[in-house]
Amino acid sequence: MSPQPKFVIKNLSFYYGGKRAIHDLSLDIAANEILSVIGPANSGVTTLLRALNRLGDLVPGARMEGEILMDGKSVYDPDVSVTELRRKIGMVFEVPTPLPMSIFDNVAYGPRLIGKANGKSVAESVERVLRKAALWDDVKDRLKTPAMSLSGGQQQRLCFARVLALDPEVVLLDRPCSGLDPISTAKIEESLSQLKEQYTIVVAPHNVQQAARISDRVAFMLTGSLIEENRNVEIFSRPKDQRTSDYVTGRFG
Amino acid sequence: MRISPRAGERIVKVLIWAAAMLVMAVLVFIVAYILAKGLHVIDWRFLASAPSNMGRSGGISTTIIGTLMVTVTAVVIAAPLGIGTAFYLAEYTRENFVTKIIRFSAESLAGIPSIVYGLFGLIFFVVYLDMRWSVLSGGLTLALMILPTVIRTSEEAIKAVPYIYREVSFSLGATKWQTIIKAVFPSALRGIANGILLSVGRCIAETAAVILTAGSTLRMPTSLFSPTRTMAVHFYILAREGISMENAYGTAALLIILIFLINVVANTLINRFVAKSR
Repeated sequence: MSPQPKFVIKNLSFYYGGKRAIHDLSLDIAANEILSVIGPANSGVTTLLRALNRLGDLVPGARMEGEILMDGKSVYDPDVSVTELRRKIGMVFEVPTPLPMSIFDNVAYGPRLIGKANGKSVAESVERVLRKAALWDDVKDRLKTPAMSLSGGQQQRLCFARVLALDPEVVLLDRPCSGLDPISTAKIEESLSQLKEQYTIVVAPHNVQQAARISDRVAFMLTGSLIEENRNVEIFSRPKDQRTSDYVTGRFG
Repeated sequence: MRISPRAGERIVKVLIWAAAMLVMAVLVFIVAYILAKGLHVIDWRFLASAPSNMGRSGGISTTIIGTLMVTVTAVVIAAPLGIGTAFYLAEYTRENFVTKIIRFSAESLAGIPSIVYGLFGLIFFVVYLDMRWSVLSGGLTLALMILPTVIRTSEEAIKAVPYIYREVSFSLGATKWQTIIKAVFPSALRGIANGILLSVGRCIAETAAVILTAGSTLRMPTSLFSPTRTMAVHFYILAREGISMENAYGTAALLIILIFLINVVANTLINRFVAKSR
């Protein structure tokens, strides 16, 4: 593990109105690692990801306790700019979510928000990130066509490219491959393993096998609590907790 | 006796088809009848020359200009207010007492007969604010009249934009305003524009509210403060006072054509914009 973790999560609890989605969770996330957060539905995995980039703030009645430090500074600190924070922490959603505009405009959406002009530099960075997301060859001749016209897998890679265009430090992926075919899934997984040199990646995989394939470390959550976190091999070959063992071997979930 | 599901299916199909055809037929009949009666009156002279002898002869140029001026005034005032209110209701506030009041007021206003708006415009704009019978008085009155429609249709259109667009936009570091302008507005535009178009149609066709607030002079309006007569009012006076049925039908035909043209042009523009933003 690198000297200073990218994220330090201390005693985090997260509530939607009266309902508690995360219960007293503490976890460190190292820089430049791929961390998988696994768990059955309603375990708080999505809530945890959305707490990191403060997207959870948008839900009416949402409330959190505890602390989330990024590079040693609380993401909820009053002088943290939420928009800047979200540029540093990109997010790919479960369903492919191209905005109703062209492929190019989708990728350029983030850079344009901070006033980067439509000039050559934007075109270059659009190409660069589309290559990283393994989509460039599919779309290079039709950048001006609607993003909705792409296939599901292509749309998700587009969303991935759109996040990379922010030049983020962290990439969150919430079950990014759940609706995708195996080839698109493989392409996304491949990009992930190449990209961890540059980014810290937190992913909620859509199944245990994907966690085993891609992650350096795995955290297992159940009904809002962190049950166990460890290096990939440890979780899968020598889980400490019976519930972890049951989950990763497919006995429930 | 029980009807077999298959026969039932067939009967329902015929009934629904008949309903649609009946509505179509009525519509087509009205439009065809008026065009048949009025179309031959319309020529360049009718469009371009001013009415003379109370409208018995001459054209209707001053009423066309009057109609356009009153309608544009109304839309220019009501559209920003209405769309702004809709965004406030849909994006900037949660359901609470204030939003309920706003929505209830808007709905009540939508149900008021237009003559009541006319009376209010007469008392408030024309007399109390001393704007006299004028394009401005008429435009303001019509603006009040169409405001509920603009708010309602815009709010529906904004709410119909998938929530995930907003989340995506926020997650990419957009502020609330950037999200509204770049992600929500383009998707809601078609619905918003439809509401505005509906309102334009109502402004053009309105009689009662305008006759009390913009007057009925046949002089050419030269500014926002000139009194004027709109086409609908002209049509009403020509027919009501038996001045010239000929010219009344000509005016009516032109009203229909105008509304049709506005719809076609606006839809083309919106399609082009939406195609570009998709």
